[in-house]
Amino acid sequence: MTRADFRLSVGGRIDRDRLVGFSFDGERYSGFAGDTLASALLANGVRLVGRSFKYHRPRGVVTDGVEEPNALVQLGAGAIGEPNARATQVEIHDGLTAASQNRWPNVRFDVGAVNGHLSALLPAGFYYKTFMWPGKWWMKYEYFIRRAAGLGRAPTGPDPEIYDKSWAHCDVLVVGAGPTGLTAAHAAGRTGARVLVVDERPEPGGHLLGTRRTINDAPAGEWVSAMVSELADMDEVRILSRATALGYYDHNSLTVLERRTDHLPYGERGGRVRQRLWKVRAKQVVLATGAHERPLVFRNNDRPGVMLASAAQSYVNRYAVRPGTAAVVFTNNDSAYDPALDLADAGLRVTVVDVRTELSDLRRAQLRRRGIELLAGHAIISVRGAKAVTGVSVASLTAAATGYTGTSRRIRCDLVCMSGGWNPAIHLFSQSGGRLAFDEARGVFVPGEVRQAQFSVGGCNGTGVLAFALSEGREAGKSAAAACGFRMRGGTALPRVDVVEEVPIRLFWTVPPRHPDRRLDKHFVDFQNDVTAADIALAAREGYRSVEHLKRYTTTGMGTDQGKTSNVNALAILSETLGADIAATGTTTFRPPYTPVTFGALAGRDVGELSDPVRTTPMHRWHVQQGATFEDVGQWKRPWYYPRDGESMREAVDRECLAARNAVGILDASTLGKIDVQGPDAAEFLDRIYTNGWKRLEVGRCRYGLMCTEDGMVFDDGVTLRLGDHHYLVHTTSGNAARVLGWMEEWLQTEWPELRVYCTSVTEQTATASISGPFARRLLAALTTDIDLDRDAFPFMHWRDGHVAGLPARVARVSFTGESSFEVSVPAGYGLSLWTALMHAGQRYGITPYGTEAMHVLRAERGFIIAGQDTDGTVTPIDLGMEWIVSRRKDFIGRRSLDRADTVRDDRKQLVGLLTERSEDVLPEGGQIVERVTALPMRMIGHVTSSYYSANLGHSIALALVRGGRSRHGEQVMVPLERSVMSARITEPGFFDPEGARAHD
Amino acid sequence: MLLIECPWCGFREESEFRCGGEAHIVRPLDSESLSDAEWADYLFMRTNPKGRHRERWVHEHGCRRWFNVERDTVTHEILAVYRMGEHPPAEPATGGRRR
Amino acid sequence: MTERYQRRSALAHLGLEARASVVAGEGGVTLREAPMRGLLVLRGDGGGKAFRSEVTAVLGIEPVVEPLTAARRRDLSILWLGPDEWLVITPDRRRARIERMLRDALVGQHAAVTDVSHGRTVLVLSGPDVLAVLAKGCSLDLHPRMFGPGRCAQSRLAKCQALIHQTTDAPEFEIHVPRSFAQYAWMWLEDAGQEFDLRIAPAE
Repeated sequence: MTRADFRLSVGGRIDRDRLVGFSFDGERYSGFAGDTLASALLANGVRLVGRSFKYHRPRGVVTDGVEEPNALVQLGAGAIGEPNARATQVEIHDGLTAASQNRWPNVRFDVGAVNGHLSALLPAGFYYKTFMWPGKWWMKYEYFIRRAAGLGRAPTGPDPEIYDKSWAHCDVLVVGAGPTGLTAAHAAGRTGARVLVVDERPEPGGHLLGTRRTINDAPAGEWVSAMVSELADMDEVRILSRATALGYYDHNSLTVLERRTDHLPYGERGGRVRQRLWKVRAKQVVLATGAHERPLVFRNNDRPGVMLASAAQSYVNRYAVRPGTAAVVFTNNDSAYDPALDLADAGLRVTVVDVRTELSDLRRAQLRRRGIELLAGHAIISVRGAKAVTGVSVASLTAAATGYTGTSRRIRCDLVCMSGGWNPAIHLFSQSGGRLAFDEARGVFVPGEVRQAQFSVGGCNGTGVLAFALSEGREAGKSAAAACGFRMRGGTALPRVDVVEEVPIRLFWTVPPRHPDRRLDKHFVDFQNDVTAADIALAAREGYRSVEHLKRYTTTGMGTDQGKTSNVNALAILSETLGADIAATGTTTFRPPYTPVTFGALAGRDVGELSDPVRTTPMHRWHVQQGATFEDVGQWKRPWYYPRDGESMREAVDRECLAARNAVGILDASTLGKIDVQGPDAAEFLDRIYTNGWKRLEVGRCRYGLMCTEDGMVFDDGVTLRLGDHHYLVHTTSGNAARVLGWMEEWLQTEWPELRVYCTSVTEQTATASISGPFARRLLAALTTDIDLDRDAFPFMHWRDGHVAGLPARVARVSFTGESSFEVSVPAGYGLSLWTALMHAGQRYGITPYGTEAMHVLRAERGFIIAGQDTDGTVTPIDLGMEWIVSRRKDFIGRRSLDRADTVRDDRKQLVGLLTERSEDVLPEGGQIVERVTALPMRMIGHVTSSYYSANLGHSIALALVRGGRSRHGEQVMVPLERSVMSARITEPGFFDPEGARAHD
Repeated sequence: MLLIECPWCGFREESEFRCGGEAHIVRPLDSESLSDAEWADYLFMRTNPKGRHRERWVHEHGCRRWFNVERDTVTHEILAVYRMGEHPPAEPATGGRRR
Repeated sequence: MTERYQRRSALAHLGLEARASVVAGEGGVTLREAPMRGLLVLRGDGGGKAFRSEVTAVLGIEPVVEPLTAARRRDLSILWLGPDEWLVITPDRRRARIERMLRDALVGQHAAVTDVSHGRTVLVLSGPDVLAVLAKGCSLDLHPRMFGPGRCAQSRLAKCQALIHQTTDAPEFEIHVPRSFAQYAWMWLEDAGQEFDLRIAPAE
């Protein structure tokens, strides 16, 4: 293959001293620093860059920017691969590897192209109509459909790149650093306001740098450079390049994706953040997002070599690339004339085809001077050529422009430049909640009613004339800054720019076919989704009259470009077909993100070990060293069990359970929630929060309490210590600590502001070791001198302050295991010291650390519930058989609900114990309980909430919630499992030491 | 994401707050005398207006104070912020505040 | 035996001392732990004359009433946490005495003093790039026009509850985090500071 050189010898914003080597589809090419992949490929004469989504038609570059529908490429490979990159935005760098997509075996010979010949059989809704039935076959169809119709391939393997996020605050956010945005930023910045400018291109200047416009009688680039350097001198102004505003949310909150290393050779990226997602909060927003040129809809307008007029102009001026040798410029408005002149001056043979007949003398003269042929009142009937444009057929339009007069004429060319007008980039405005208005004369949607503190200026406001756009930008910049309290007297003069009188656009949504009855099935509207004017007409005929339905039925406007070039054409054609107003038809909803975003950027640094905080206790290191297995309890890591060499979980848990009942066990209980409650009304407050009473609890004593939500359902439980007359220490379950504190604060602040109570979280202040078992007292006695541990001096449910192992400690005689237990708490910094001292002194008593699993078994043996395991928000204290803790003498949260007709039903699910028929059968937690095994569906009467093997009892035990369970003790029930059925007998919940004598010992 | 003005800490991101639902629902003092239906009304029934709505929010990750927010549920515009115990603004300000 | 009873910081297991190396002026940010502070949560009626005068008598500083501010006198600081809530920062050795003095002075009033010294740790971040590091995980606007020395605010740092207190113009920030989150917060800050050549300084 010969390498054509389409590079111009002078001009452009490329760095000709820096040659860059890259590859595309396995071929090696070179370009210059400053090239995009698209410009570099065009410079190398590569026109065919991909195959279309559905028909696999050959496709080329259409645009020079973000709106590109066709030139989607796969970058890199493996873990660093990226699909669907827009070649028009990819900056080339040494070592860049890119490949075309959606073709097999290659882009020049693609087997899937057979779909193109079958296109008559693949109309809108084809998949919906064809693959509906039988439903189960869909699984088979899907594989082939997804293979045939697809975009790039997702990267394989974990992404090695670094992504992060950052907040940014500013007075004024300017989106877009084209001439309008720069003017706005300058006007705002000079007042001293904090200004952030974000722009998606590598350098500010916008589309202006793709033209040969002059500002202040010098090339526009000089003015851009001067503006940028003045902005750089302002302390509070910051410009982010390669930064795309993705989404515009409530209260001027925007997300901006900054691409920091994608333009660098792979070797220079190491360790740096690849992409940063900025979360911007701005007091005022100036949208200067410009406009996207609109394609014209004519036969074979998708052939490689058909591109937007402004894109061709940009390739010539910005990149010094000739996108062809002979061009036909097809337009319905004046904006294509500058591109035509620029192409001619770059050495292309140019013909202008304008659907209008009335044209300005200035434009006619400009063309004449360059020898450009003008065909006014003409249209392109069809584009010739398959993998590249070889020519066009043109003819003279009738006055109504619905057909042609005379014969058609062929023009040889390899480039077709089209311009159907300009669509303001209203995406962000629309996302912000603003309403769109339709400008009938120009056929554009422009910002209407504004909902946030924001200005739309320049191209995105429908202002195409540069001089007016600059003026809008300056005013918006000033006003936005003023709204933030920054003003400055006087103003800067606007630069001098030429104003050319324009002849109005002639709206032209579909170029008529040569023969009136010819279908418009090669008139492409949405290039990326292969939607034609015929598809839209068909959808309309089939009743898809809403633009939202049209989108979903035909897929127009979907995909990676979200219809940036196609949406307005599609809805205009729909409106024409329906005979409706475009304004009434409206647009589909604009949703973030504006451009596709990597998952990496959305995840930021919340990956790996930073994905979620791991909370550990002061004793954690010891547990790790002892080889503990850990259980997640909320964000806490708690020791689950401590396997000794070769032990299974069951063996380890059995050993730990036996030790806690027969010698002494030790549990790290530091994660229990702790709330310091102080104030003269503390007792009254606890009376209202808990189901039981607190006023008569003496200082020095502890009490178990249960709290409900207002609907009477159990919410949390725990032991509270009375530390002083007006001072309590409340314990909560580990997972509920923050929720209970929030619950207490909510009632105090919103409902009972008259109560004088302060609550402070002290969960983290203390570390707690709970020692449990017949030797617990003797162990503690060895380590304390100032606490009298005698049964009578220090009875069950009392607490004492003193020293343990020389550390300031609080000891509470509470028991969750049912054994004689002491909970020893010390300031957290001493937690590890306390633990090691207890372990050291406990050796002679066979001290055994036990984890949460043994703790669960031990408490289940006694029938103690765990809120959140045996309860699930639908269980009342009565359902648990805990009437004894529900005071009838006072009001408390949830009290009235316990008398509701629904909560006093006797067929509610109630807590029971289950003993399996076979002692070794351990029921699965969550197992469904039935009275008898029948044909499906069986009637479920309850479920297993906790289930363990109890080594102390030599039998499996379980707790369950069973309908009317409290009157079913002794009944036999079944738990059907996948391959077997377990039989169990309902018992009291509680299997061991029912009187609770051991805890008092 | 909303920008909410805590009456003490000023404007903060929504992620620092938690919404506690409809404001100005008073817990009945003499609940014993209420019928089940009346109690259920307090317990379960909430308005769900399209437009102006008064909610209570807590600055959970800041000063932990509860306060009231008057918010338009359609536009998400925050029309007023006032402390617990304070009365809501009597008359809707036309057009509301903009930032 | 006695060393084993020593108070351990929340980050003791990370072996930070061995990694500490700071030459003045190097690196964009410097991070260190200040683990042994006396930290007391003080609750009371900030508008009440009796409360104010008793607290002032003990600390020599009035409880600040302007939200999000802190006051300092010699080695004591008081930070605003809420309209009836403050954090009193003392040297470790004086914590117990000040706690007792505050309790005694406030007897009979509706006030509360709670020791949280062991429940939190303080991470100190300083250097020219501090704001850029914090902006990665904290939604507060810490720009000098909006924040500054003597300002404090409770917020979130990444996924961790944090009290952020700017102590000097330098700028230097003290970040209070719950003890069990200390390792996460430290790892997060080290990670965020990587691009600014973060250095670790010896703990206080």
